[in-house]
Amino acid sequence: MLPSPARSGAAARCTGLVKRYEDVLAVAGLDLEVRTGECFGLLGPNGAGKTTTIEILEGLLEPDAGEVEVLGLRWGADDPALRERLGIQLQETRLNEKLTVEETIRLFRSFYRRGRDVDDVLGLLELQHKRASWVGKLSGGQRQRLAVACALVNEPDLLFLDEPTTGLDPQSRRQLWALIKDFRRRGGTILLTTHYMDEAQALCDRVAIVDQGKVIALGSPGDLVATLGADHVIEFAITDGATLPDATLRALPGVGGVRRGNDATELIASEVHLAVPALLAELERHGLHLTRLVTHHATLEDVFVVLTGRHLRDE
Amino acid sequence: MSDRGGAFSPLVELTTARLREFVREPEALFWVVVFPILLAFALGIAFPNRGEQPVLIGVEQTDGAEALARTLQAARGIRARLVRPADAERALRNGEVQLVVVPGAPPTYRYDPTRTESRLARLVVDSALQRASGRTDAWQAGEEHVDNVGSRYIDWLIPGLLGVNIMSTGLWGIGFSVVQARTKKLLKRLVATPMRRSQYLLAHLLARLVFLGVEVGALLVFARLAFGVPIRGSLLTLVGIAVVGALSFGGLGLLLASRARTLEAISGLMNVVTLPLWVLSGVFFSSANFPAAMQPVIRVLPLTALNDALRAVMLDGAPARALGGEVAVMAAWGLGSFAIAVKIFRWR
Repeated sequence: MLPSPARSGAAARCTGLVKRYEDVLAVAGLDLEVRTGECFGLLGPNGAGKTTTIEILEGLLEPDAGEVEVLGLRWGADDPALRERLGIQLQETRLNEKLTVEETIRLFRSFYRRGRDVDDVLGLLELQHKRASWVGKLSGGQRQRLAVACALVNEPDLLFLDEPTTGLDPQSRRQLWALIKDFRRRGGTILLTTHYMDEAQALCDRVAIVDQGKVIALGSPGDLVATLGADHVIEFAITDGATLPDATLRALPGVGGVRRGNDATELIASEVHLAVPALLAELERHGLHLTRLVTHHATLEDVFVVLTGRHLRDE
Repeated sequence: MSDRGGAFSPLVELTTARLREFVREPEALFWVVVFPILLAFALGIAFPNRGEQPVLIGVEQTDGAEALARTLQAARGIRARLVRPADAERALRNGEVQLVVVPGAPPTYRYDPTRTESRLARLVVDSALQRASGRTDAWQAGEEHVDNVGSRYIDWLIPGLLGVNIMSTGLWGIGFSVVQARTKKLLKRLVATPMRRSQYLLAHLLARLVFLGVEVGALLVFARLAFGVPIRGSLLTLVGIAVVGALSFGGLGLLLASRARTLEAISGLMNVVTLPLWVLSGVFFSSANFPAAMQPVIRVLPLTALNDALRAVMLDGAPARALGGEVAVMAAWGLGSFAIAVKIFRWR
């Protein structure tokens, strides 16, 4: 038996979620619980089933199997009450291009019984100076802010953001991040999808890494990175694609793991200042030369690569 | 501005959004308001009341042709000219002449008896030649010539154009906007709010009624000023018929748009529906031209009902109570379509 929502404090929960399109299994038995007051991220590559999952939670798609509960209510029974309390930003929302920013917000505001003042929303999204502009004339970042504005007009308890910053310039991304953090600080719950690991790391209290319709890892970004066993990654490549045996590499001081890519080798290391000199000495001993050497802090991307052998985004 | 909360009515906001979207689309304004006026103007020029039209006669250039042509030219309502034998057939075929007279004793008439104007030409020519040869008429009938405003082609045409306009804007105006909203995922975004779906559809119909005043008014005023087309019945009845017609086609527009996923699909559907109506429902020529077997079908078409009702009010001054049948046909189409559309509408 499921615990009651009041006790568990879950803003959204699904268990055993399955969704099939034709012969593609988009979501393959996915479990999720978003706690009230947290920012929860679904992180995964394109086609992992993130959008399908979030749209099922938003009540826009029906699952083929599985239980869904949002704010303690169920789709199909409490739809109008639920819709009043949710804020939704769809992936690539295209609003009516011939309406102005203010008219668009007014229109969305009219659908809700309670909510924010139109000017208030304009101010929140820093769109005051664009209030009389047609939606069709806005920049990508402004459009995205307007999409989020439409999701915030009713002061939702739960905000769904589907790839909120995809395709945005760095400044617009930071603006949206600040907004999301602010919403969360004032007690709102957020479920967002992203394929940017830095976004998940910057915004989310907890992250579910999704691949092929399933959650393959769950936890805070820090905990997930910690599962790597070390917090640095050393990436190197050798002339003519030569390599050193795994055992040799693993024996280097401070190295906790070895991973082979197409054209490079990655070492998971806790102490870069010990591992790198040792690596260089080993190469010297074998008469090998480096063509590349890069180190970075371990990220959720590295967690994904370790779990699946693939990158989040093929660049 | 302070938070007005519940003072925002979703139906009002949706309707004004629809009106704004339309007014900010100059092409749409052209098709709804300017195009019908241009069409009426062009047709008014093409089919003016030119008074009595003479029959056009060719006289084949052989012996006695010139005398014969002079005789014909002297008679009333005949315009005769000489044609070379080699050209006669071509002139007949192209309608340059409606009948060719071959001089002789007696002369020969060469014409196509399936063409009304040629049969008329034969009667006129024969009468003129017989009289010139000494025939006397048994008696002279009295004649009354009628040239009433209201019985001209343009008078008959304008209500038909009005009907077609109400149909086109209802179908295209609503259909295109709905399908566009669907392809752009705007519908999906709207159903993610607590918006009542019926209000979205209703807003389209309400916005239609506002445009209706503009488009019908513009065409009627133009027809009055340019051609003196009368409105014999009550203006209120006319407005009522236009509203029923607009709602009927608005419902049909929603139905056609209820499933279509692309603008190409909706365009195809619209053409399939409107082309037969253009032809069958008496826009440019009376639907009485179709065989009796087709009449029951033609009578229950929404555009036939609308055109008949508009003509009855404008030309015959029919009162509202005489139009029950037409109103019932239009209402049935409108309500039926709307009900089905609401049921099968694809929201994403």
